[in-house]
Amino acid sequence: MSKTVENIILFFVALLLQVILFNNIKLFNYINPYIYIIFIIYYPLKKEKGLFLFLSFLLGLSVDFFSDSGGINAAATLFIAYIRLPLLSTILRKSDFDYLLFRLRSIPFLKSLTYIFFLTFTHHLLLYSLEYFSFNEFKTILTKTFITSLFTVLLILLGIILFTKKR
Amino acid sequence: MKQILKFLIKNRYFLLFLMLEFFALFFTIQNHSYHKSKFINSANGLTGSIYTKVNAISSFFNLKEENKHLIEENIRLKNLLEIENIDVSSENTHLDSTKFFKRFFYTSAKIIKNEYTKPNNYLLIDKGLKNGIQSEMAVINSRGIIGVTNNVSNHNATVISILNKYLKINAGFTNSDYFGTLSWNGKDYKTVQLLDLPRQAQFKIGDTIITGGKSNTFPKGILVGKIKNFEKTNNVYQIINITLFNDMSSLNNVNIITNLQRNEIQQLEKLNNE
Repeated sequence: MSKTVENIILFFVALLLQVILFNNIKLFNYINPYIYIIFIIYYPLKKEKGLFLFLSFLLGLSVDFFSDSGGINAAATLFIAYIRLPLLSTILRKSDFDYLLFRLRSIPFLKSLTYIFFLTFTHHLLLYSLEYFSFNEFKTILTKTFITSLFTVLLILLGIILFTKKR
Repeated sequence: MKQILKFLIKNRYFLLFLMLEFFALFFTIQNHSYHKSKFINSANGLTGSIYTKVNAISSFFNLKEENKHLIEENIRLKNLLEIENIDVSSENTHLDSTKFFKRFFYTSAKIIKNEYTKPNNYLLIDKGLKNGIQSEMAVINSRGIIGVTNNVSNHNATVISILNKYLKINAGFTNSDYFGTLSWNGKDYKTVQLLDLPRQAQFKIGDTIITGGKSNTFPKGILVGKIKNFEKTNNVYQIINITLFNDMSSLNNVNIITNLQRNEIQQLEKLNNE
């Protein structure tokens, strides 16, 4: 299967899984995992990131359309899409990548876990800050971010381990 | 000129990022102001039809619960009929239908998207402009208040849930005429708060709260909930917590109330404001 088709499928699967299935999972009436950011985590690394930024924005906005939340998902998703490459180069301590051959499964587990957790945490923090939009709720925002991040990371890890081949 | 072009090309990703982020924040801020018409909402053709299809499957799982609700409502209505039994045997009774003016009209709808964990919750129903739904109509079910319609498309409409910080509804007691404002603090989906109650109002824990009928959206007497507890400092009521009769986490069939006199009242209010 060509890479482009694979990416398009990933986009729609992430979107539909999020709005149809995971938006209805309200664990303890509190936790609503945002697994659609697996698209940002798993999208192949490229030097030209214009299309990637635009697709991330579109994915976030689509989730917003489904959940009546203005532009909070779009803002958070676009932000983590922008910081993805600098973050990876900091974690792996590399300034340049072999873009074509890079695979998430081929880097050490602890480093990929750090990468996934950091992206998820940033996304959730931005998302909840924009959703509550108030400094009075700072404690609620932090606890919600932390607990939901743990849950989202767990689901994303499971997804990656189950559905990708180890190389 | 060349320098500017060079700068633009060098920072093109950052500029694209800034531009898109600006759009996202613009939509977010627009969403935070209640009365503005919004661009991003789930009452459009695509999201509406997807939610309708998903709901067609998932609603089968709620049939048992929904049956129970219907039986409950039937019993309540039968009891009401018993209370307001019109004495037809007496000769003085005249029932002339032209004398009564029908003020409210009920339409049925189904909730196809429900949320209750966010600080501002919106629902989606499967009726829209084609079924006579407009914005700012009351949405209730057999157990009481649910919300107010907001964005309306041809076949769907979003509903601002009672669990939304931007929704303020006039509410009062069954046994007195004092009224306050109903709002939600964003914490527990089973409790809402009653604010701005005058200090001479008397009530106790367990009293029933109903809508006050002071707005032209809700008729008087729609059930809201029971008083759970309240705080009082210097003889002024601070917060009155109310347990909702409705379980907002499982909603299915709802009624939408059209106020047939709304235009008339709005015109009168306009005259007052001038």
